[in-house]
Amino acid sequence: MRQTCVNMIFELAKRDPRVFYIGSDLSPDITARMARDLPERAFMEGVSEAGVVGMGAGLAMEGYIPFVHTIATFITRRCYEQVALDLCLHNLPVRLIGNGGGLVYAPLGPTHLAIEDIAIMRALPNMTVVAVSDAEEMRRFMDQTLDWPGPIYIRLAKGGDPIISRAENGFQIGKAIPMRSQSGASVALISTGIMTRHALTAAEMLAAQGFKTNVLHVHTVKPLDAEAVRRCVDGVQLLATIEEHTVVGGLGSAVLDSLIEDMPGPLPAIKRLGIPDTFAKSYGTQDELLEAYGLQPAQISATILETLRLMKAA
Amino acid sequence: MNDNASAPAVGITANGLDERSLYLRRLVVRALEGGGRGHVGSSLSLIEIMRVLYDDILAYRPREPQWADRDRSILSKGHGCLALYAVLADKGFFPLDELDRFCRRTSILGGHPEAGKVPGVEASTGALGHGLPIGVGRAIALRHQKRRSRVFVTMGDGEIDEGSVWEAALAANKHRLSNLTALIDYNKIQSAGRTSAILDLEPLADKWRSFGFAVAETDGHDVNALRGILRRVPLDPDKPTAIICHTIKGRGISFAENDAEWHHKSSISPAVIRDLYAALERS
Repeated sequence: MRQTCVNMIFELAKRDPRVFYIGSDLSPDITARMARDLPERAFMEGVSEAGVVGMGAGLAMEGYIPFVHTIATFITRRCYEQVALDLCLHNLPVRLIGNGGGLVYAPLGPTHLAIEDIAIMRALPNMTVVAVSDAEEMRRFMDQTLDWPGPIYIRLAKGGDPIISRAENGFQIGKAIPMRSQSGASVALISTGIMTRHALTAAEMLAAQGFKTNVLHVHTVKPLDAEAVRRCVDGVQLLATIEEHTVVGGLGSAVLDSLIEDMPGPLPAIKRLGIPDTFAKSYGTQDELLEAYGLQPAQISATILETLRLMKAA
Repeated sequence: MNDNASAPAVGITANGLDERSLYLRRLVVRALEGGGRGHVGSSLSLIEIMRVLYDDILAYRPREPQWADRDRSILSKGHGCLALYAVLADKGFFPLDELDRFCRRTSILGGHPEAGKVPGVEASTGALGHGLPIGVGRAIALRHQKRRSRVFVTMGDGEIDEGSVWEAALAANKHRLSNLTALIDYNKIQSAGRTSAILDLEPLADKWRSFGFAVAETDGHDVNALRGILRRVPLDPDKPTAIICHTIKGRGISFAENDAEWHHKSSISPAVIRDLYAALERS
């Protein structure tokens, strides 16, 4: 996904003279081709997130479309005021690319885990927040970044993630994709990023237990596709949101905000599955941390079955 | 260089300010009266910097603020906006009577300048340390477009405590942005007190020099000196320029000069407005 994203910037840059790439001290192998072929529009800058976001804003003010790229924690936390004021207040078409969204950098500890990036980015007016599920979806998404007004935060996963997206579903920024829609479903799973793969697996497990399950892939957390959310949860007993992100302010909160504002009838029971409100306390792999937080498919399925059992007993 | 002729300077007064400098200060007081508040000292130290930029240096068209070949002037110390508003109004970017609505609900003029709202304002500033990074990006963009337009970023001395300023300074040197000029309004007083006591900037010229800038220092109220230096930028054809303007906070109002108390006033009575006007008459 990461390499596809950078390759796509290169493709876009060849197609459109407005595209600039600004990296902040990233491995040269990521961008070597661009630096060689388009040196005037591909910079590798230093460890200076505030500086590069401001630089991107300045370029955008003069008509360019800069893609500013570094590790997700740094491009969201470190330069938050630059993102808020230089990009969002001016509503400029700068694209922020965050490597290692979620628990990708598990062995590197809490300084490198971007687990509240979606929350803080979606709090900003004019910001669009996108977390695609795989490399092919990344390709379809990146094609649309040239014409989208305003800033976009693009959360990248580890790379090499199994392909679950389907070309026939197309891609439109701000339009969620029903990955699994069943009439008379009793469970709805709404997920973003690579967690959609786990949501689909969990849905199969639930179906095997006799629970029809919808899965909605929300690649764009902001602006949220409220209509698709409403359709996905219509008539279900239980909605679970699933995200590789703290439960504070991320996809689950966005979905809840939307349902509370827009859902005409009674809401289903709701479970937000994500990372609790804490910094990571251990290292290991991304998969191990997902397991520690109960976010592997079998755990998701088990949590939902247990919740349904409790609901029935109540 | 603009198409809107400015009033010529006439007789220099006792404290060294000519009629045009006094006139622009009276426009600042007019806005202070309109809003009943404002950054007084921080604006008055800037007047001659803004005046010389807009009278003599910048290319721009007040009736076409987005003219592609204009020079870009970013007031990074957004709290000094009254000096900028006075000059922009004087040049016809918007009517002078807009100053009377300063900070009011219906006004385009807030306590910090906003691009898109105020014609002639190039970037929304107020939070400090944003102007130079934006200026670096614009300078790169203008060079890439092969335009002759230049970028001028005016910063406060307290402002350059911000790390983002120095990140941008490193980048300006790396990219050899000779089309970028940083101006520092060095009035030596920040909100909390003297810069030398709060966070000493010295040796300031050496700092900019060591970051790869060609540096000049001048009396920031000496119109001729400012004009002379600004007409020579870039001071080195391969480097960005930094101009350290030694100024006096509150310049022109004897009882406000060099007084941190006058950095900002949130409630200015009619009696104080009368005193401010009177001080400018006496100058």
